[in-house]
Amino acid sequence: MTPRAEGEKKGRDVRLMQGNEACAEGALAAGCRFFAGYPITPSSEIAEVLSLYLPRVGGNFIQMEDEIASIAAVIGASIAGVKSMTATSGPGFSLKQENIGFACMAEIPCVIIDVMRSGPSTGHPTGPSQADLMQTRWGTHGDHPMIVLVPSSVREVFSETIRAFNLAERFRTPVILLMDEILAHMREKVVIPDPAEYSVVDRLSPGGPKDKYLPYANDRDVSPLAAFGEGYRFHITGLYHDETGFPTGLPEQVRCQAERLIGKIERGAEEIRNVEQIVPEDQQGSLDTVVVAFGSTARAANHAVKEAWQRGKNVGFFRPVTIWPFPIRELGEFCRGVRRIIVPELSFGQLAGEVRKWIEPSSRLVPLNRVDALPISPEEILDRILEVD
Amino acid sequence: MAFDYEQYIRPSTFPHIWCPGCGNGIVVKALIRAIHKMGWSKDDVVVVSGIGCSSRTSGYLDFNTLHTTHGRAIAFATGIKIAKPRLHVIVVTGDGDALAIGGNHLIHAARRNMDLTVILFNNSIYAMTGGQYSPATPEGKMASTAPYGQVEPNFDIVRLTEGAGASFVARSTVYHAAQLEGYIAKALDREGFSLVEAVTQCPTVYGRRNRTPNPVTFLEHFKKDSVPREKAEKMTDEEREGKIITGIFVDHPRIGFIERYRKMSERASEVRKRRYIQGSGPKSEVGN
Ligand SMILES: Cc1ncc(C[n+]2csc(CCOP(=O)(O)OP(=O)(O)O)c2C)c(N)n1
Ligand code: SF4
Repeated sequence: MTPRAEGEKKGRDVRLMQGNEACAEGALAAGCRFFAGYPITPSSEIAEVLSLYLPRVGGNFIQMEDEIASIAAVIGASIAGVKSMTATSGPGFSLKQENIGFACMAEIPCVIIDVMRSGPSTGHPTGPSQADLMQTRWGTHGDHPMIVLVPSSVREVFSETIRAFNLAERFRTPVILLMDEILAHMREKVVIPDPAEYSVVDRLSPGGPKDKYLPYANDRDVSPLAAFGEGYRFHITGLYHDETGFPTGLPEQVRCQAERLIGKIERGAEEIRNVEQIVPEDQQGSLDTVVVAFGSTARAANHAVKEAWQRGKNVGFFRPVTIWPFPIRELGEFCRGVRRIIVPELSFGQLAGEVRKWIEPSSRLVPLNRVDALPISPEEILDRILEVD
Repeated sequence: MAFDYEQYIRPSTFPHIWCPGCGNGIVVKALIRAIHKMGWSKDDVVVVSGIGCSSRTSGYLDFNTLHTTHGRAIAFATGIKIAKPRLHVIVVTGDGDALAIGGNHLIHAARRNMDLTVILFNNSIYAMTGGQYSPATPEGKMASTAPYGQVEPNFDIVRLTEGAGASFVARSTVYHAAQLEGYIAKALDREGFSLVEAVTQCPTVYGRRNRTPNPVTFLEHFKKDSVPREKAEKMTDEEREGKIITGIFVDHPRIGFIERYRKMSERASEVRKRRYIQGSGPKSEVGN
């Protein structure tokens, strides 16, 4: 129950809120009852809002000594059976990487919010950026699966935060919600849905005899996860382990675990994917140009594409909402036969590099990069669309 | 009747990885007996460890067990304890794990008086990685990364955790197994943050480099050079040199974090009126 759902307000709950607030509200709505974090711009409001509400809904908030401790405590709380989350930005996100890998390996559901600011290092704390895209995918060492969601409106931050928790529980894995500074601090109207209007997923809990419980069974992608203290006394480790959770170095068992870890997300990709695709209403034949963008840049891109339609251009718009696993099939189909693909983003081309991997060699890729801690305007994108080449 | 250790271990996980003559097993036995004394259900006991030879303890014990990342056990344990306060959460850690990479978590858990019991296996070395010096390696001792002898002074774990705010701090050695068990039992019984330093031996990678490859030599040293706190207080600094001072150093009952948080939550729940914090957080261009 969110604080609102306690009956503090009646009727349609329409609010003007910041992306960071919507994220905190979405987390509460999804059932998050534990938050551990360390202050960092531009994510701190998430912690502030949760420090206010969690104690009132039977949850817990703690400001830890650093970001490493924060993600560790979040994983610990989840092991005890409580949905949990942390929020940070670049420097803190870097610190969390080792333990994010632990959560992947030990298959502990949790949610990590990364509000991107420009970097590397301390960079520009209040300057927007989209340059953590590859870090969300490959920030922790070794082969591992990753689910990353990239909302582009405040309303979507709310709904995608709920989805982040649901996917974490469903697949027993950490899920990263990636925002940028613009989205985090922007205020928009959000209609907070009634709890009956969205679904909340909880991890499977084991049935059957307690001494036969296998937390890492090989014969299924996702095993139920018992909470500590419920009578299933099992072991959790970041080492490669057998079906019981105990460490193993046997090549066959290592291979089995490694393949299942990656495979569960690959096989679940259809369930995880979420893309927005827009084409002109009167579209004839294949698209001439496609603009691919995510996060706050997608807002400008959407605007530019619609503007281009007014000028008779045959342009499509493709926006990943789930960015990892990457929407390979959807992007490939959408861009089939397309002459030109424009990729505006606030980095030196991290998204463009990924897009390039999955489009036809005959399509020309046009990156549009901005790295001066300023957003890309619709006009800049429109200019690129209208460019004669 | 001999104590039945088997009821608390996972026989399927044996043989364990420890070398013959390693002191870790003695600490684990003392821990098991102390837990037994508490009369807790195994389902309610959580053992969290970091990374190192000593941290492998968790896997061998038949409780809810969590083997985390190097240095972070206390932080993971903090999350578990807060999320489910009825669980008894014990952290098993080494001197490198707790004092170097995990030093920040150790002092902050003590400051918060987080309701955890830490069993710190102090073998004066990074054993698992082959004998590099740790923050507990005494000055002058040899290590694989101190081929001319350790030049840094070592931490006094007792004074460190006492200064940070722990409720209960004690030190014993694997020679004094019964005393060690007693201290652990007391620590488990206390509210708030408690820590027992268990001085133990690593004959394999520490002993060999320091001309004491025989585990018995260590035990003799622990016997001969241990001094009870009361006696040590009357000794000069010079006399205390090279001695292991044992005893209970801190035993101040204080309200732990869990209880303080619970009281705050009660107050917070009474605030029915929504106080929405509009536009909080840094507005300037210089946020950090
Ligand atoms: C982040 C990280 N750094 C380094 C290591 C390598 N490492 C494993 S165990 C260990 C030292 C353990 O020493 P200690 O805590 O004293 O335990 P012992 O093996 O002596 O019982 C180190 C440095 C690691 N696993 N993770
Ligand atoms: S290396 Fe040392 S600490 Fe590790 S198991 Fe062997 S004797 Fe024990």
